[in-house]
Amino acid sequence: MKTNSYLLSILVDDEPGVLSRISGLFSGRGFNIDSLSVASTAEPDVSRITMVTKCEPHIIEQIKKQLHKLINVITVNDLTDKKYVQRQLALIKVNAKSEKKADILRIVDIFRCKIVDVGLSHYTIEVSGDSEKHDAIVSLLNPMGIIEIASTGSIALARENGKHSLKLTGKNK
Amino acid sequence: MKLTGAQILIKMIKAEGIDTIFGYPGGAVIDIYDALAKQDGLHHILVRHEQGAVHAADGYARANNSVGVALVTSGPGATNTVTGIASAHSDSIPLVVFTGQVPTALIGNDAFQEVDIVGITRPCTKHNYLVKDVTKLASIIKEAFHLARSGRPGPVLVDLPKDIQNTQVAFKEPKEISLKSYKPNYKPNKKQLNKVVDLIGKAKRPVIFAGGGVILSQASSDLTRLAKMADIPVTASLMGLGAFPGSDPLWLGMLGMHGTYRANMSIGHCDLMIAAGVRFDDRVTGNIEKFAPEAKIVQIDIDPTSIHKNIEVQCPIVGDCKAALKGIIQLMEDKNPEDFKNDRQQWLNRIEEWKDTTPLKYEQDSVVIKPQFVIEKLYELTKGDAIITTEVGQNQMWAAQYYHFNKPNHFITSGGLGVMGFGLPAAIGAKAACPDKVVVDVAGDGSIQMNIQELMTAIESKIDVKIVILNNQYLGMVRQWQELFYKKVYSFTHMENAPDFVKLAEAYGAKGLRCTRPDEVVSTLLEGLNYEGTVIMDFAVDREESVYPMVPAGGAITEMLLV
Repeated sequence: MKTNSYLLSILVDDEPGVLSRISGLFSGRGFNIDSLSVASTAEPDVSRITMVTKCEPHIIEQIKKQLHKLINVITVNDLTDKKYVQRQLALIKVNAKSEKKADILRIVDIFRCKIVDVGLSHYTIEVSGDSEKHDAIVSLLNPMGIIEIASTGSIALARENGKHSLKLTGKNK
Repeated sequence: MKLTGAQILIKMIKAEGIDTIFGYPGGAVIDIYDALAKQDGLHHILVRHEQGAVHAADGYARANNSVGVALVTSGPGATNTVTGIASAHSDSIPLVVFTGQVPTALIGNDAFQEVDIVGITRPCTKHNYLVKDVTKLASIIKEAFHLARSGRPGPVLVDLPKDIQNTQVAFKEPKEISLKSYKPNYKPNKKQLNKVVDLIGKAKRPVIFAGGGVILSQASSDLTRLAKMADIPVTASLMGLGAFPGSDPLWLGMLGMHGTYRANMSIGHCDLMIAAGVRFDDRVTGNIEKFAPEAKIVQIDIDPTSIHKNIEVQCPIVGDCKAALKGIIQLMEDKNPEDFKNDRQQWLNRIEEWKDTTPLKYEQDSVVIKPQFVIEKLYELTKGDAIITTEVGQNQMWAAQYYHFNKPNHFITSGGLGVMGFGLPAAIGAKAACPDKVVVDVAGDGSIQMNIQELMTAIESKIDVKIVILNNQYLGMVRQWQELFYKKVYSFTHMENAPDFVKLAEAYGAKGLRCTRPDEVVSTLLEGLNYEGTVIMDFAVDREESVYPMVPAGGAITEMLLV
């Protein structure tokens, strides 16, 4: 059966072991995690986990229900079919021989990236955007010789009127 | 009032209305045991192995409709509880297990008898806690009991470092539990209930399928009422036995791999299935594609993950079984209740025919005891009123088939996980909860050896349990599979080398009885049941008797092996 990619935004209690409960749920039930990012929110005891998971359509319902069943999970919001902004941050260290420098700078310019570190023979480029932008710049820089990449998972917020995120911060009531 | 963590623990357990706990001391819980010795009102039963403590707590919870409590030490004490916790998790049984832990300052240092029991039990508990702050102890214990018994019940583990137990703090009564992330939905959706009533009104061939959830939500009287109002025949999973009277004409018998022919055929041909408190385990459904192919399925469950997990249902109802069944009955009463019995006779006749042509059967000759005969006589002699616990395997299936349960909370078995060694400690727990009941552990010669040490617990605590061993000198269920599917290669299922169970009983201070002839079955059972004290009745039964009917794993439940 066809698998789809789903984007989940999960609010959880910020306490030890929560991430392990979530990752354990996925490994124990044979679900996949494509990417995962965790950080605190405006609410002191609440963290947000943004997760990308690939699965068959009937599995995503189980995933959402199983996540919600965990005592430390407060809400599970499936952003996949909603309007949302999504970002992913990457640092790409690329070979910068003198004859290629101009090309690299052009790419950086076109993609509106930043050069955050310069060495004698390399640039480190900061890229922020959705995963397509990320893939595109990697494919263009590849011929120059990418030395290493560090990348975050996706983070995302629903657009609507920011309802989902504001409800928990207690602002804009 | 200043109390130590250990005193707070005892106070909070008592506040939950628990009178008996099961446990085993050790270095990391010595402070709790010290506090236990200096109090009244909370009875402690000393088991002989920590696994036994958890199964006993399980039996206590099920017989009593309450929460079972086990107390064990750190490290091996804690790891020994894992099987019991996993079993309770599979069967949704409310338990709170307290484990000792090394002092907080030593956690993570590989201290003596340290394990990360919270990490180990994360996937097999409903939730678990490591208490790091004694001021939070009381509210964590209250929360643990709340989680264990509410929603879909389950085991909760609380890990208690030694310094938490012996630190004194001012005790404050914890507030009512309110968790922002946990609010089980008890109240069913009224629109869905109306839909069920419509479906019942239209159904020609309805069946009710009851599971352990009906017993957990104490809804068997409502389920029985609904069945009678609309003349709907009822089947049940292993966990649901007793949810509907086993002697009622509408009773179909158990469903599934070793279900009755008529129960399986009814599911195969029904046009409406009302499934209450079930999770459609593979032992019930067989081949999912061929499970209830003609039926619209209504599923009532408090746990949304149970719905659409294994089986697609047309009318899901998330809520408490009792509330949902009451709601359906109310809606039917508001209409003309007589309308719901529409031409049921034809369907009931068809079921009667299945029953007549292919009943549960065995033939007792005058030479070798049939295990089914022992259970049937046990049923007659106890007038169907005993609490039956089981081990796992053939003994469990024969108990389920031939002991007819008329009331809930009388059949206590490790259904989901299938734990051999469950029955004896569970019987001890059940008897501790219901001292006036006759409690019988139906065992096999293999599984009784898995927690036989608990005989000493029964003797010491004067908890009078009756053990019926169906002794075929095999691991019978595996042998049966080997016979049917592995060309009779009985690989390591021989159990001829077993202790003399009569002498073993006597060595522990129990009574031992042996029975080898069919004409002595009744007198042996009578002697054992009438004896005041714990007794092992060892029945030498037909060695290669198999459990029938049987659906081969993964087969359609309507395609059964009958002999």
